[in-house]
Amino acid sequence: MSDPVIVLDNVSIEFRGQHILRNISLNVERNQTLVIIGESGCGKTVLLKLIVGLLKPTFGRVSFEGKVLTELGDRELMRERLRIGFLFQSAALFDSLTVYDNIAFGPRSKGGVNESTIKEIVKTRLQQVGLPPIVEAKMPAELSGGQRKRVGLARALALDPELMLYDEPTTGLDPIMTDVINELILQTRKLRPITSIVVTHEMKTVQKVADRVVMLYPLSRLTPTEPQILFDGTPQELQACTDPRVKQFIEGEARERLMELRADV
Amino acid sequence: MAISDVIVAIGDWSAFAGRTIWGVLTGQTPLREIVPVCVAIGVQSAGVVLVTGAFIGMVLAVQTYSQFHALGLESALGTVINVAVIKELGPVFTGIMLAGRIGSSMAAELGTMRVTEQIDALSCLGVNPIHYLVGPRFLACLFMIPLLSVLAIVTGIGGGAVICLNVFGIEPHHYWTKTQQYIDLWDLSAGMIKPFFFGAMIGLVSCHRGFHCRAGAVGVGQAATEAFVYSFLAILVLDFFLVLALNGIETIMWPDASAGM
Repeated sequence: MSDPVIVLDNVSIEFRGQHILRNISLNVERNQTLVIIGESGCGKTVLLKLIVGLLKPTFGRVSFEGKVLTELGDRELMRERLRIGFLFQSAALFDSLTVYDNIAFGPRSKGGVNESTIKEIVKTRLQQVGLPPIVEAKMPAELSGGQRKRVGLARALALDPELMLYDEPTTGLDPIMTDVINELILQTRKLRPITSIVVTHEMKTVQKVADRVVMLYPLSRLTPTEPQILFDGTPQELQACTDPRVKQFIEGEARERLMELRADV
Repeated sequence: MAISDVIVAIGDWSAFAGRTIWGVLTGQTPLREIVPVCVAIGVQSAGVVLVTGAFIGMVLAVQTYSQFHALGLESALGTVINVAVIKELGPVFTGIMLAGRIGSSMAAELGTMRVTEQIDALSCLGVNPIHYLVGPRFLACLFMIPLLSVLAIVTGIGGGAVICLNVFGIEPHHYWTKTQQYIDLWDLSAGMIKPFFFGAMIGLVSCHRGFHCRAGAVGVGQAATEAFVYSFLAILVLDFFLVLALNGIETIMWPDASAGM
């Protein structure tokens, strides 16, 4: 059994006095597809950004392949980041560059590849995400939401990462495009061994792609001693979970939460 | 805003500026990114700078003529207007105008990138956003703002001359001879040293505001406004200390000449 790819050791983070994550300890195993679920505001995106080092924990340590991210110098961190692909919620394409230049960006910055190889990489990646070559010359503003997500995925995969992070990959997409993205997540790991962490609140994605599910709960609704991770197990165990908060989420029912929200106003 | 907040903000900016300059000095700034920014700055601003310079010269001429005429010292107008334009008004007004034109625009652009996670995306693709985005903009400002200041100074001198010579009918010979007599290479150099500092300030302050943009359209708007206001204030403060320093240097190097004016 090889070492875990990601180790979160008692990680806490706060912004301007507000605690977002508290005492999170989590290991992500190699070639595993971990799906992190939870309602809006529970800290899922923050967790992803901690894993790639875009945010620093207030307490605790985040390690990637045994290296503690906060102990790495700037250049080392940049190098390690080349091994991680990140698909942002809004794709975050560079809007002053064409689709081609967006996908080519990573390999070009890394260096050591000539333009004809880059052309091959872009062509292959676009094909893999199911987009026609005609898209290459377009600007991001001309693309639909689904197309942008797929270009974002192609861009992230262009560097052949060992770890792929997906931040709400299907949010804002129609049901068919949602399934296309789910299929692409599956296809990515079929092409070669890759560890994936998917943040979502889409239960269909959980059912389709997850080897393991972790559910986070917003700190504001927990007592100081309750753990923030409500559930950690397989999708089948998730369905059988008896915690009412978990059941409420996976069944998508507001119930008494609606009363709470009405009482707040 | 507490004093501690101000100190933290200045400290954060200093670290940001330090990393940018370090990136430039260690060759981590992609040079091909500088040219498009230079073109954008130059093309966007040349017209406005020309007009600014011309009107500064003209207004100065109109304002000072009456006092000098009353004392019979019209021939000295050339020196007064041109020294003011070259050493002070040209560089400072150009700096302030470009803080608004270029500073706000860079802050808004980088702020939008921040809000749409493009800056994070750069980091994830193994690129240092400070070296890639801020470095070229800093160098472009450092290069273009002095050039634009020269434009403003030239049109300022021209504007002042048009008013004095054509409107007030001052004798050109005296106007230009006195100018040549009392303005030396040091004055020209002083006028050219300031825009480098102003350019550096505008580049670093505006990019910093963009990078620290708060969420949403409101955040981007705020970043653009702050870029202008902070750059403007920084230029005023910097100008004061530069004048002290430059005058001090002049006194040390040419102890007799500085008494001449």
